[in-house]
This record gives sequence, structure tokens and C-alpha cells, in this order.
Amino acid sequence: MGGLVWFAKKRTGLDCLRKERGKTMKFHSFLIKYGEIGIKGKNRYLFEDALVRQMRYALKDVDGEFNVHKAQGRVYVDAEGEYDYEETVESLKRVFGIVGICPVVRLEDQGFEQLKKDVEAYVAEVYPDKNKTFKVEARRERKSYPLNSMEINCELGGVILDAFPEMKVDVHHPDIRLNVEIRKEIYLYSEIIPGAGGMPVGTNGKAMLLLSGGIDSPVAGYMIAKRGVGLEATYFHAPPYTSERAKEKVVDLAKLVAKYSGPIKLHVVNFTDIQLYIYEKCPHEELTIIMRRYMMKIAEHFAKQNNCLGLITGESIGQVASQTMQSLAATNDVCTLPVYRPVIGFDKQEIVDVALKIDTYETSILPFEDCCTIFVAKHPVTKPNLERIIKSEQKLEEKIDELYQQAIDTTEVIMCR
Amino acid sequence: MEVYLDNSATTKCYDEVKAIVGKVMCEDYGNPSSMHQKGIDAEHYIKDSKEKLAKILKVNQKELFFTSGGTECDNLALIGTARANMRRGKHLITSSIEHPAILNTMQYLEEEEGFSVTYLPVDENGKISLDELKKALREDTILVSIMYVNNEIGSVQPIEEAIHIVKGYNRNILFHSDAVQGFGKYRIYPKRMGIDLLSVSSHKIHGPKGMGVLYVNEKVKIKPIMFGGEQQKNVRSGTENVPGIAGLGVASERIYSSLDENVIRMRELKKQLIEGILTIENTRIHGLTGEDSAPHIISAGFAGIRSEVLLHTLEEKGIYVSSGSACASNHPAISGVLRGIGTPVEYLESTLRFSLSEFTTKEEIDYTLETLYNCIPMLRKYTRH
Repeated sequence: MGGLVWFAKKRTGLDCLRKERGKTMKFHSFLIKYGEIGIKGKNRYLFEDALVRQMRYALKDVDGEFNVHKAQGRVYVDAEGEYDYEETVESLKRVFGIVGICPVVRLEDQGFEQLKKDVEAYVAEVYPDKNKTFKVEARRERKSYPLNSMEINCELGGVILDAFPEMKVDVHHPDIRLNVEIRKEIYLYSEIIPGAGGMPVGTNGKAMLLLSGGIDSPVAGYMIAKRGVGLEATYFHAPPYTSERAKEKVVDLAKLVAKYSGPIKLHVVNFTDIQLYIYEKCPHEELTIIMRRYMMKIAEHFAKQNNCLGLITGESIGQVASQTMQSLAATNDVCTLPVYRPVIGFDKQEIVDVALKIDTYETSILPFEDCCTIFVAKHPVTKPNLERIIKSEQKLEEKIDELYQQAIDTTEVIMCR
Repeated sequence: MEVYLDNSATTKCYDEVKAIVGKVMCEDYGNPSSMHQKGIDAEHYIKDSKEKLAKILKVNQKELFFTSGGTECDNLALIGTARANMRRGKHLITSSIEHPAILNTMQYLEEEEGFSVTYLPVDENGKISLDELKKALREDTILVSIMYVNNEIGSVQPIEEAIHIVKGYNRNILFHSDAVQGFGKYRIYPKRMGIDLLSVSSHKIHGPKGMGVLYVNEKVKIKPIMFGGEQQKNVRSGTENVPGIAGLGVASERIYSSLDENVIRMRELKKQLIEGILTIENTRIHGLTGEDSAPHIISAGFAGIRSEVLLHTLEEKGIYVSSGSACASNHPAISGVLRGIGTPVEYLESTLRFSLSEFTTKEEIDYTLETLYNCIPMLRKYTRH
């Protein structure tokens, strides 16, 4: 079915074909290979529809007119007229659920003799280096075509062998699989550009990302979104201790993640008063833990309010004092929703690698204070005892509910897309 | 009637450019490096402008650096990369018909910093010869700079072919293009074409003067040529010219929003002007005139009349043009552009440059031709022989 797993292949002659645009051949369409969706049962259409929706969204701002449609268990993008090839491919590469993108040359059926010439021209252009093995794989949607698939394979294989004596046939492990699909028009394709993988966003509900200005949380959001989960985000703003620029940086990060996940509703919580109150009442070495417990509570409040099914954090075991096993247990304790920590087992460098790949790294390292770093104690507890933390929190009883409510009431919502 | 046909020298500001420049100067006047809200507001204009330009050029925002104009772009591009890459070699290549901002910078690098420079000759149409380029490439070549559109005769250089040759020879050689006359007339995608550095000026596209932007591919090593507050990633220090930057963004967005229609109109007017001029005896259009030349530049020779005289005669009738031969270069190996393309001697001192913009009308061209028809016979009577 449409869901074979294809290996990442080096882009061989695609660039040259694109440059020759308008001369002889040009890619008019893209055949989209999707992975796991293919094995879904009766829900399959839900996944395919979500994929089509996400693809349309991704192509919204690309120069050109596109028709994204399902046909015979496949998804196609047809470009109508002039369009921007590079941007199209770049945008599709960010859509989760796509395993491979095949640029297709669409030909009008002008008889088999013409097809032979076109196939020869295609191979000549796309593969400057002819020292390769190949296989022709014909498929007939239109059964009335005068030749059957096997005949097409043989005939076209012969044409290629005659035209390019260096090329050899290998039916088991060919370098090039030249697909010829006889539909109303004839589709020619052989190259597969690797896609992002994962599942189309919107097929697995929504989750609330705790987004700081750091490197880890955008990566965490990206990873969960990759599994088809839509995102909302909460950011804790602490003016005047954190600057307006720090908030802007978070908005920019949300926008970068949104390129993959689709629009993100960002809740900006004014956290200053709660933070100051904790600072005033509780032991300083417990400050970070208590603060994080309140962050989780507030994030969970907005999560539930917006039908999110879980929380996402960028925590990684042992990275800082608040991310030891004990600290994680202490912060986790306040939540009733599941907390997803996709980078929990990652080393910093592994997280950085993903951040570089999704282009959030450079924004993440802009030097602005975030709210976790301002009141940090010299020696924060690394092995907090939950009972003691809860006891410390009792000191907040007098005003904390009021401050909590106030923080929720004054939260600003920014749509990031 | 006032007819401004000197748009390659500078252009009239768009109204919306004037509006935003004024607003930034008087209302959002903060320093973008300031930490307070005023600073952040100012910074937004920079972000906005970068976003617009990045979209037009199809590059990353972080690859754009704002400067004081085309000349600074060229200086920063050449000196900054020559110094940063001199360990790989000290040979530079350019064409003999570049703008003085390139030629004089090259001359400085040659005379003061020990680089050697090859100046490529051009053919009768003002295009560099690709064979000469091939021959000029050496093991120690680190930078090639070829302009996009020539400012005097409007010849369009075979940039993509040149890049193909240069990168085919050694992909580490940097390619710079001065696109001051090309930006706003052509869709230029430097990153895709393989241009590593691209100079753009604002006041040639109805933006404010004193403003330019240099595209520098993220992989290019470049050193600053000015030192100061380390703004713009320390590539170009100095408080950003926020009003200018905002103006450039707005101007670029507008000029590209209706580029195709405007270029078609300019080509029609150019054709009309050329055909009209050629009906006069002993006249000549330098370089190519069709679709393969810039849509807005016409370089015309009127034998027997000194360009200055004709220029002032037209001026009296309200028509503003440039004299066509800026033999400004004092490099002995380089002749001026007109000489470079082998212009017959009787036209060297008798050439005018007419340059159009999207605001140029058919009536203005009619009036200009009529004026030429009237005054040329009269001027030719009094020529020194």
C-alpha cells in the first residue's frame, strides 16, 4: 500500500531538472508517501483527512496554486501553473505524517511511442550519472491502456537500456525505481525526498506545553506534535524581572514550533506576584520546586479549560536541580493530567541537535533572563522531600489562592502561527 | 512639464515610505538596542523589514545586514570577505564595468592590502565574457564580484552561468553581486542562484537615501570594516537606521507587489523612447535593447552634441537626465563603460542616460521625444568641428 517505508536517498539529479524548468520537463505534482497511517484500519480516512488538512495549511503561504487531494488510497499535491518548487518541498517536509515526497512529472497520454521518448528524456535529465541499476514499475489505473503492466515494464526497460548502455537492470535492489502510472494522465517519478515522519497533527488530541525561553521545551513540543498532537503553550512572565524581549522570544519560539505543529495558542501568565510571595514565605532552597509546582498547576488549569489531554515539559533527568528524580516527583505530584517529557532521556547535546534541526536553537540562546533563573537560591535542594515541600507550602495559605486566581484572570492569550 | 528620467541616479520616495519614515522618526524613535518598550517598539520595525526582505529574496532573516547604502554594502562585502578569507588566497576577480563602489574598493585592496585583482573585459553589449572568466580563475582566487545590471547601459550580466563556472572551478570561491540596479526590476533569489553576497540600495526603489541591505549567506566568513557597539551580530556596528530600515521594507514590499505589470510598462516606454530616438539622424543606442537588457535604462548617443549641452538643454524644458559616460574610474587598466564596449569615438562624449521608473508615463516620453526632435537640429548647427 501507500505506506512503504522508504530509505532516505541522496537527491541525485533533482536540482538539475528544476533548473531546466520549462525546457523539456517539469514536476507538476507530488506523490505523498505516508507511513503509519497506511496500517490504520477503519479510522484510516480520519488520518488521511488530517494529513490533507495539514498539507493544505503548510502550502498556504507558498507561491503557487495547489490542489491537495486523495485518490485511490494516495495523497497528491498538484501544482497548477507556475509555483515555487523549493518552498513547496520545504513546506511539505515539515508536515508530520509524510514519510516521503515524490516529485512527479505529469504527461499527457500521446501514445506509447511518445511515452518512450519522454521516459528517455526523464532519465537523461534526472540522472546525469548513468552508472546505475534500475527497474521500471508500471501500474495501470486505466485498464484500457493497450499494454499491460508487464509489457510496459519490458518495453520501457528496453528503451532505457538502448539509450544508456551504462545502465543495468536490477529487479531486486535497483538504485532507481522508475514508476510509471497510467492514469488519465501518465505519472513518472523515481525520486523520494524524505519527509518528517510521525503522524498528522490533529489525529491525537491536544496537549499543553510549558514553554520557557530555553532550548529544551520547544524541542519537547516538536516531539509530541510529531506524534499527531496539537499544541497549546503556557509561558510564565515575571515583569519587571523578566523583560518584554524575553516574552517576545517565547512568542518567536512558539511561531517556529508552529511551523510544524500548526497554530499554537500561547497563554502568557503573569507570575511575578506568586513568585514574590513564595520568595517571602518559603525557604529559599525550596523556592524553585514550589514555584514549579504552581507553574504545573496553572498550566494544568489552562490545559483542562482547553481540552488538552496532557502536559508537556522539556525536562531531562538530572540536567538541573529541579530535574532530579526527586524534584520531578515533587512537581509531578500536583498534576492529575499525565505529564509527557519527551526529552527525559536525552543528553543536552542530543536536545541541541534537534533544536538545530528544527531551527529553534538560535532563538533559544538569545540571552534573556527567564523566570526560573531570577530568584534561584545558591544551593537549591536537589533531593526535595515531598512532605516537607507540602509543609512549606502551607505557609502560603493566606494569600496564594487569591494570587493564583489573579494570575489566571490576567493571563494574556497570543495566537502564534 | 517636469519629466524625471534619472531614476537610476535616484528615485522619488513612495508616499507610504514617507509616512513610515516620519512616524519612526517622530513617534517610535527609540534605540532598538534599548531595553525598554521604546526600544522594543523600534526593534519591531527592524524585524518587520527583515521579514519582508527575507521573503522577497527567499533567504533567512539572519543573513541580512542593514548598511548606509549600496556603496557600504559593496565595501563591506569586498573588504570584509577579502580580509576574512585571505588565508586561502589573495586573488579577486571583477568586471571592468562595475560601479566605482566596486572598482575603487578593488583598487584599494590591490594597492593597500596586497590583493591581486583581475578585471574582466566586456563585449560590445556590455556583458562579461564567460571564457575570460574561466581563464581568470586561479588556485588562489577567493572572491568574484559581478554586477547584476550595469548602471550606465543597463546590460544584464550572465550571473547564473558565471556562478556555474566559478563554483564548478572551486566551490569555496565566494560570489558577490552588486544588485543595486537589478533589485526592484528582477526577482532575485541569491541563495538559490548561489550568490553568496548581494548588495541592495534603498533609494533606487523609491525608498529613503542612506539605506542599503547586504545579503550574506550564513556560511560566509566576513569581518567587520567598522567597529563600535557590535550591533547586527558585530558585522555592522552602529545604531540601526530604523526609519531607513522601515522605509526600505515598505518600498521593497510595494515594488515587488506589482513588479510584473510595472516592468512590462517600462519596457513598452523604453521601446517607444528608443524607436523615437533612432528616427533622429546619427544617433545610437548602446548595448542591448530588448528583453535581455534592463527595463529601465536607455543609453543613447547623439553624435556631434556634447552630452552636457544636451543635458542642460533638456533641463530647461523640465526634463532631467544623466550624462552617459561616467569615466570616473582612474584605474589605468579600465576604461569607462562606453569605451569598454567599444563605442565609436564620436559618441563617447555625446551620450545621455535616460532611466525610467514605474511613475514614468507615455505622455512624458512623447514630450521628451518632441523636445529632442526640436532641439537637436538646432544644437547640431553650432557644433565645434
